Parts: sequence; C-alpha cells; structure tokens
Amino acid sequence: MNGTPFPRIGLWVRESALYRSIVRHGAADTNRNRSLVIFENLFLHMHPVKVREKTLKFTHTYWLGAVTISAMFVLIATGILLMFYYHPSVPQAYRDMKELKFVVDNGVFYRNLHRWGAHLMVLGALLHMVRVFYHRAYRPPRQFNWVVGVVLLLVTLLLSYTGYLLPWDQLAFWGVSVGTNMAKEAPILGPPIRFLLLGGNIVSENALLRFYVLHCVLLPVALLGFLGVHIWRVRKDGGVQGPPEPPADPEVEP
Amino acid sequence: MREADEGMAMPPGPNDASRREFLAQVGLGACALTIAGAALTVLDFMEPKVLFEPPTEFKAGNIQDFPEGTVRFDEEHRAYIIGGQGGVFALSAVCTHLGCITRYHADEGAIACPCHGSRFDVDGNVVHGPAPRALPWIEVKADAEGNLMVDTSVVIPHGKVLKV
Repeated sequence: MNGTPFPRIGLWVRESALYRSIVRHGAADTNRNRSLVIFENLFLHMHPVKVREKTLKFTHTYWLGAVTISAMFVLIATGILLMFYYHPSVPQAYRDMKELKFVVDNGVFYRNLHRWGAHLMVLGALLHMVRVFYHRAYRPPRQFNWVVGVVLLLVTLLLSYTGYLLPWDQLAFWGVSVGTNMAKEAPILGPPIRFLLLGGNIVSENALLRFYVLHCVLLPVALLGFLGVHIWRVRKDGGVQGPPEPPADPEVEP
Repeated sequence: MREADEGMAMPPGPNDASRREFLAQVGLGACALTIAGAALTVLDFMEPKVLFEPPTEFKAGNIQDFPEGTVRFDEEHRAYIIGGQGGVFALSAVCTHLGCITRYHADEGAIACPCHGSRFDVDGNVVHGPAPRALPWIEVKADAEGNLMVDTSVVIPHGKVLKV
C-alpha cells in the first residue's frame, strides 16, 4: 500500500476495529496473508490460492467458461430488472413487453441485453463444451464434471426455452405449441409431461405462469446449484486442463 | 455362577446389533415414506383440476348451409365444417405434425399448414408431409331442425359423413 497516493487512509481503514471485524487478516503483504485473502472470503475461496501461470493464457481455455458465467450474471441482473415491469398474465404480458420496448426508460436496452445475453450464454456453453472435448479435458479424473456440465447445458437450454414464451407474441405462442407437441411424442410419459408443463391441454395463461415460475425461480436455482458443484469440481480435479501435453515419445498415442 | 452372571448382565451380543440395525432401518423407511408422500402430493398438486379452456362443443349453423363443396373454417374452435357427398362432416384444423393451425386455400382446394408445409385434401388425407397422420374427423350431430353441433374432442372414423 506504500505506493498508493493515500497510504495513511489505507492504513487507517485497515487498522480500524470495524474493518478488522470483517477482514481478520492484515494487508496482503506476506504469502500467508495473500493466501488468507482467498481462504477467508466466501466468494473468492471457490478459486485456488495459486494457479499455474500457463493456465491463465488465453489459448489454454479461451476463457469460454468465464464468458458463459459472465453472460449468466448479466442475465440475472437484467432479468431482475425486467421482472419489475412484467406481469405473467394474459394479455398483460404482451403489453408489458411492449411497454418495456417503447415506454420504459432504457427498457429496450435491458430487454435486448437480456436477449443477446441469453444467446451468448448458450453459444458460450456450447463452445466451452467443444473446447473441453477437443482438449480431451473430459477424461478421468474429470469425467463426473463433464456430466455436471451436460446437466448445466440442459438447464441453460431450458432457461432459454422457457424465456421464449414470456413475451406472449405469435412467435412465442407457436414456438411453445410446437415444442411441447414434440415433448408429447415421447412414449407413455410424453402426454402427461406436456399436460403438467402447460397446466392444461393448450398453451394458455396457466402455461405462461408455469413457464414464468420455471424461468425465474426453479431453473435459475438449479443452475446456481449445479454451477457451484461444477466450479468446485474443477478445483478438486486438479484445476483447468488446457491442451494435452505432446507425448515424450512421438510413437506413443497420448 | 459364571453362567448366571452372564445372563443377568446382558453383555452386548449379536441381538443388540441387529436391534439397532432394525431401528435404523425403520427410521430410514419412515424418511423414505415421507419423501415419497411429499413427492406424490406435489405431483398431484401440479395437476390442474379445473381448466378454463374454450369448450370443445359448439354450434355450427344449419345443415342447409352446407351444400356439397362448402368448406367453412371456424377459427375459434379450430375446425372445418365441410359439405361432402350426401351430407356434412367436420375436420380438426390442428395439424397432426406439431399442432399449428392449418388454413383452407379455396383456389387450390387444399388445406395447408403454415409452420412446416404439410398439405391435406378436403377429406383430411395427407397430400404432402411432414404430417404423419390424416386430419382427424370429429363428431357432428344434427337436431330435428338440422342445427349442427360439433365436438372437437370426439374423434370419429374417417369417412363417416352425417347424412342429410
């Protein structure tokens, strides 16, 4: 902190009783304290204290997981904003969507940010999966985390799909009519699943409300839960794996 | 003496262990039953008992209004009422592919779906895919004056025309 323009203020804050009651370690000036910064913070402790320098290189992971998670945070923030104006009822849902587009200050910006963020999240998740596949990072000991990742992809796609109905325009209505009719074609369980999902036989107000609850509560909670396991397992399985090392003997298959 | 002592003190034996296991299993079973009960009640709760969906039965005018060759599209009830040879019949207008609403094109004498391009003739037969099945024939009834009632929820055999 000696290099900063306000060393005294920094020192005064860090030595105050209030600050020390929240952050128990001192300045990050020793290896021990630098480790404690990570250990003692709920949000940072997901991350290891030390990582290999090469894993931070762009071409190691192309940062695709980070892109996907960043899109998710943008979606949570903009989604909460949209919820302040949106009623999941017929025909108010369509009017609210129009109001967000044409009346609310910056409404069109946040609505479009939510939409483009959703596209980016799906694209990021798919590219992340491709990257992991071609780097052979799905192999033991990471095979379970691959499965968790597939679940995360499914939850992401379901979030994308349930959000599709909410504007309650023609595209949404027919998109969900067609999609739930595809689900109905599954043997035995198909028709009851469609009935429970829509809360009826046709895409109606019940369906809008159910998709809203799935989109805003159930699926995001599921996503955050699986995401916690996913990131934790990256650490426990030995950190991110980038491109596989070339074999020492070129004759041997890696 | 030694035998009597053993009998009174009841040292831990194989019976005690199995009692503990039994109680543990009863406890686990109770938990499993509770979870299963909760799951069933939630599943039951999610199934709506009353639906405010449009009625499937509707009036469709008089049989006199449907001379041979008439095709009337009822948009609200998603059905065609058609004057056929010697009588009247009705077709569901919901595409058998993925549930979009088809339209009758009088100039081509064909029923077509806007979503994925399925085509049907006026008897409901598939002319062009991807629809896997013919449009279902639905029940038409007439009272003594010839007033028609159509029920989209009752599927009748293909070709069963209501005779005039």
